[in-house]
Amino acid sequence: MSEFKPVLLASVGKPESHTRKVYEQSGGYQALRKVLKTLSPKDVQEQTKASGLRGRGGAGFPTGLKWTFLPKDHPGPIYFCLNADESEPGTFNNRILMEDDPHQVLEGLIISCFATNSAVAYFYMRCEYPLAYKRICQAVAECYEAGYLGKNILGSGYSLEIHVHRGAGAYICGEETGLIESLEGKRAWPRIKPPFPAVEGAFRKPTVVNNVETVACVKHIFDRGVDWFKSIGIPPDPNNPRDAGSYGPKLYCLSGHINKPGCYEAPLGITVTELIEEFGGGVWKGRKAKAAIPGGISMGLLKENEFHCKLDFNGPGKFGCLGLGTAAVVVMDETVRMVDFLLNSCRFFSHESCGQCTPCREGTSWATKMMTRIKHGKGRLKDLDLLLEIAENIGIMPGTTICGLADGAAWPLKNCIKKFRNELEVYIKSTNPSGWMETAAVPALQLLDIH
Amino acid sequence: MADKPRILTDEMIAEIKAFFPRYPSKQAVTLPALHIVNEKLRYVPLRAVVEIAHLLELHPSQVQDTLTFYGYFKQDAPAGRCRLWVCRSISCALRGGDELLDHLSHSLGVKPGETTADGRITLEYAECLGACEHAPCVLANEKLIPSVSHHEADELVQTVK
Ligand SMILES: Cc1cc2nc3c(=O)[nH]c(=O)nc-3n(C[C@H](O)[C@H](O)[C@H](O)COP(=O)(O)O)c2cc1C
Ligand code: SF4
Repeated sequence: MSEFKPVLLASVGKPESHTRKVYEQSGGYQALRKVLKTLSPKDVQEQTKASGLRGRGGAGFPTGLKWTFLPKDHPGPIYFCLNADESEPGTFNNRILMEDDPHQVLEGLIISCFATNSAVAYFYMRCEYPLAYKRICQAVAECYEAGYLGKNILGSGYSLEIHVHRGAGAYICGEETGLIESLEGKRAWPRIKPPFPAVEGAFRKPTVVNNVETVACVKHIFDRGVDWFKSIGIPPDPNNPRDAGSYGPKLYCLSGHINKPGCYEAPLGITVTELIEEFGGGVWKGRKAKAAIPGGISMGLLKENEFHCKLDFNGPGKFGCLGLGTAAVVVMDETVRMVDFLLNSCRFFSHESCGQCTPCREGTSWATKMMTRIKHGKGRLKDLDLLLEIAENIGIMPGTTICGLADGAAWPLKNCIKKFRNELEVYIKSTNPSGWMETAAVPALQLLDIH
Repeated sequence: MADKPRILTDEMIAEIKAFFPRYPSKQAVTLPALHIVNEKLRYVPLRAVVEIAHLLELHPSQVQDTLTFYGYFKQDAPAGRCRLWVCRSISCALRGGDELLDHLSHSLGVKPGETTADGRITLEYAECLGACEHAPCVLANEKLIPSVSHHEADELVQTVK
């Protein structure tokens, strides 16, 4: 594994890495030339499928397979939406790619649009990324100048327009159908599926939504080949017929109580311990770790004695977490109180719930209110069961909500209460010695500045 | 009503119209239009919403509905010359993000969402700014400030004109 050299991050941190000139000097746009000259869209789909590439945006859906869900011989238009809304707490890999190597992203995007017969792509970027916005807009302009975008790209007969579209500060715009609604100029209320976007998406046309890192991987698959991609990572678990494997390099965002926070590239399947020790320089201040978020806050929580967890698409699930998510690892040292972690998590989700499903809107909001009450010394043991009841009843999995935000809100609650129940009980008892055993309904606290 | 001056300038209108060819519907230009107006005026007053709706051939309530969904656009009064977003999500919180927000709130004498009396600074909390390797971080208008100490925050505030 020490043999592994970064591919996605190869140019990051080098001078002028965001310019077309520097990108081309290191072989940039050769993959696009090769694809347009020698392959059909169907070939590109098939090879992407064969590579085993799975989406990097959180759900891990096989990318080539998603593309084949588009209707065959559709008269068009087919739209491609690049998901650069990146707002999952702890996640910043898309930002780094867009700021320091925007052409890598665009080359992958152009190849992906070719594969899906899209003539228009919307690059949906959260608006809190001013530098990434500037760099991507510049890079798009450079592509038009060079003939990588526009009519009849490199004489191939294929034409593509890319439009950068800015969000306005809402996490839910990252959910693919929330993104589509937002793009259409409406509130970002996720849609009930089916129909899936591949059948009916943006402007009621077939639409593909992919993440920034996913299309960056596509570029490298056509630079280096399917076999190269498959030589990295972890093959499917033979005991799990539904496992599609975890192939390719992955960007891991490491933050929290760590000596060297940053975005690091490693083969899929590195363990949390390896990530912390080999890349992160260990836990800060010489302290011990207590817990870590495995892949963005939605994925839940690993305890320190679970850090041998492999960060591939299957790994975190084996420890009760929701999944790999965005592979953003947030480390917490031994001084962190789980009450504070949970309140922070609940506050995030109640703030970001779009509000259209009652279980999610009310559940996340009540969880925040209860956690606030617990934090302020008015908790009761019963509250932990009430919180669990909320967690078990909101989300796509229990079937009560339209999108996965609610599952993401539930998982930190479920994991934390299961794995740290004792600590939470001790906190409640010691901060509320006269009332922790109460079970009758309590009046809600007057809340200030929560939402 | 009729003789009230327009809020959208010719320049803004031209900028908004330049977005039309990019989308199959005019409604899709809602967010771009709100951004264009917000950049110039630092807020989007209700009358601007009505004018945008007119341009996009929508009912004003459709634009207003979208605007109010997103936390980004102020409507009652312009934001300060510097909008200071302090991240409060988990990676920043672990490194003092909440305390930084409290500190700024006290030293500026405003609560998150409010603007200082001199109109210089609007303090805001942000959910994850996507710069967790620089926690606790602050976005000052278009500039990301990494790993901000309380002292650096005070200095930053001083530099805003
Ligand atoms: C609440 C929520 C937020 C999401 N946020 C993002 C995001 O910011 N970026 C992203 O790429 N995917 C996000 N996703 C996942 C997308 O819905 C979608 O699966 C993804 O963009 C598909 O791209 P991929 O297959 O390339 O990963 C989010 C999902 C949910 C439920
Ligand atoms: S689950 Fe929550 S965020 Fe998702 S659509 Fe329903 S209310 Fe909105």
